[in-house]
Amino acid sequence: MRAICLYLHIHQPVRYREYPIFDVGNISNYYDDNYNGRQSNKRIFEKVTDKSYRPMLKLLEENMSKHKDFKVSFSITGTWLEQAAKWAPDLITTIRRMVSKGQAEILGETYYHSLAFFQDLEEFEDQVELHSTAIEKIFGVRPQVFRNTELAYNDNLAKWAEEKGYIGILAEGWDKILKGKSPNYVYRPTDCENIKLLLKNYRLSDDIAFRFSNRDWKEWPLTVKKYQNWIDMDCLSGNLINLFMDFETFGEHQWKDTGIFEFMDNFIDSWLSEYDNRFVTVSEACNLMEPDGEISMPETVTWADTERDLSAWDSNDMQKSAMKDLYKIRSKILATNDSKLIADWRHLTTSDHPYSMCTKYWNDGDVHAYFSAYASPYESYMYFMNVLRDIEYRLKLK
Amino acid sequence: MLGWELPPHNSGGLGVACLNMAHALSNQGIDIDFVVPYAAEHPHTEFMHVLHATDLDPIHRYGGGAYASLDIHKKQIPSIDHPDMVSIRDVQKSYQDFVNEYLMEFKPDLIHAHDWLTYEAGMLAKKNYGIPMIAHVHATEYDRAGMHTGNPIIHEIEQQGLMMADKIIAVSETTKRIIHEKYHIPLNKIDVIYNSLDEDYYKGYEYDDSLHKYATSLKKDGYTIVSTVGRFTIQKGLEFMMNAARKAIDKNPKLMFIFAGDGEERNRLISDAATLGISKNVIFTGFVRGKKLRDIYSLSDIFVMSSVSEPFGLTALEAAYHKDALILTNQSGVSEIIWSCMKYDFWDEDKLADEILAIANSPALKKSLQENVGHEYNKISWDKVAKKCQKIYNNVKRKGNI
Repeated sequence: MRAICLYLHIHQPVRYREYPIFDVGNISNYYDDNYNGRQSNKRIFEKVTDKSYRPMLKLLEENMSKHKDFKVSFSITGTWLEQAAKWAPDLITTIRRMVSKGQAEILGETYYHSLAFFQDLEEFEDQVELHSTAIEKIFGVRPQVFRNTELAYNDNLAKWAEEKGYIGILAEGWDKILKGKSPNYVYRPTDCENIKLLLKNYRLSDDIAFRFSNRDWKEWPLTVKKYQNWIDMDCLSGNLINLFMDFETFGEHQWKDTGIFEFMDNFIDSWLSEYDNRFVTVSEACNLMEPDGEISMPETVTWADTERDLSAWDSNDMQKSAMKDLYKIRSKILATNDSKLIADWRHLTTSDHPYSMCTKYWNDGDVHAYFSAYASPYESYMYFMNVLRDIEYRLKLK
Repeated sequence: MLGWELPPHNSGGLGVACLNMAHALSNQGIDIDFVVPYAAEHPHTEFMHVLHATDLDPIHRYGGGAYASLDIHKKQIPSIDHPDMVSIRDVQKSYQDFVNEYLMEFKPDLIHAHDWLTYEAGMLAKKNYGIPMIAHVHATEYDRAGMHTGNPIIHEIEQQGLMMADKIIAVSETTKRIIHEKYHIPLNKIDVIYNSLDEDYYKGYEYDDSLHKYATSLKKDGYTIVSTVGRFTIQKGLEFMMNAARKAIDKNPKLMFIFAGDGEERNRLISDAATLGISKNVIFTGFVRGKKLRDIYSLSDIFVMSSVSEPFGLTALEAAYHKDALILTNQSGVSEIIWSCMKYDFWDEDKLADEILAIANSPALKKSLQENVGHEYNKISWDKVAKKCQKIYNNVKRKGNI
């Protein structure tokens, strides 16, 4: 048997608007639904819905009807669910249908797409619980497999997930960690008894997610035949291909006119036409396969950038001070029992915010800018701190 | 090369830019005759020939010298037809006469003319002697007039010069856009070459804070010092900055603003500060240059370029060298190449106030901006500028031969 584990990450942050210091103490509408500027959450969500969420979900559902063996795993953040409920509830309905047919599985993660595990363990656990509760309420299932925000993983997280009863956890299949081992097996995290580790096959994943439309790539254009040939070669070591990527790969990162939808449609057909090939969800992968040994990651590994570390979120002074000042007031915020204030505060923990303050490549004016809703990392930080000031002001009034 | 000033007889960035460019070009084997409209010594110009078009004192290169005093000079100004004062048009006419005489004897491969004052001489060379002309635009009349049409005669001279030129060099995309939109020159005739810092800027300066006890004491008391430097003209957008200063001081009284420079807007700015009730937080230094200017950059935390229109904005690079956090208007050319800074639109007083407050209130933001811009101020060198110029020279010459 050869299996592909296709896992797609579905997320949109709730962005704070360009919130000036002059509004602090006067008006607290940082996440205003009707805001029409550059950070309009509604406009961005509707745009990505039309370009990616809706057409890709349709494609996936059609393939599920056609092939009973076609299965997908999703991680869906709470911040995405809140926005979908407001602006495109049909997306949730579609995913619910897939889940009830047993052809889609939802992973566990933090509700707010935060990196709280590295800041405040209690907050992290609260957010994971919030997420599980929301998923159960909306889809009727509780997540069994865990993925942390940005696939940020280390041995401690694996231990935590095992204690909480998860049967599996996801991480990047980074060469420096694997040291020659193949990502196409299931592994056991160091010092764990039961939980299994699934590793992203980043080469085959990124062929689709990053390189598909790149005309400077020597393999362009990527055909189904070529791609399946690569998978055949990869399966010489291990028989589980973990394709992990952002859902928005389809239609947003790779536009419709690149042929990404046709490629995926044909690839699913082509893969399943071969005897003994199948798709598995993340928990099926964990249940079907025995671990091929132990893997240890004492240092945190993520799926981002060439460094595969947390530096895109937590390296410069602005990012560090923003997160420090944010988490510092957590217990006071929770003590207010003011659900609006708590939610407003928690929305600031979303990892997209410190990411938009990243200056690593800013001098060259490059890719990080493409994913940012703000004019510069400095402006993002400025508005973040203004929002935080207003939240502190509201706290003082309590 | 046709210019209007060279250091030390310069009133602004134009002379410094011309000298550095000429020096870098000469290092690459280009032979340069540089014409100035006055007679004076220019140290550090041994790599080229500096030619004096008149015997005027450098002070009078923009006109204003009493005519009587000219009579005693050996080289008369022949084309003057009115007896009282020398006007700038008179100086330009004699500059042209000189260039004409020069061209009877010498035939350079091309003419590189800097700004409108020299365009007529450049056109003359092209018309009478068929020498290709490059018009280098450091500023247009639109910039100088704060985005109004300005002086119609100057506009007309710029228009003719830009049309006659074989190629135009603009100091930024902002300037390129103005040349295209306001003078209707096709975009493919205009190349952008950014300026760089004066090479002498890197050496021979050290800040000594004991000389600035008042500023040092303010900083000890927790003040953030915000400065701006330049000619006080409408082009610089300082009245918007003054309003922003008031809004920022309302929220954080520990802000001190330094307005360094002089110009026709000075009195208005002083009275604005009084009307707004922030005179105690605003310092007017008068005209500064050299070490004094560098001291102001050094003691400042934040440097603001508030220009309504700024073709390039060399002072921002100078301030960056002195580790100031930069706030630049989107209407300044330098904001096209500097990323580690805050930006705003010149009219957006609220945003400027917000940015000043954010930097003053956050050591992390201040440090990030100051450190990161340190990797950026020198990313364009005069050497690179000269290489680009040379490429344009070669293209223009080749076309000329056909």
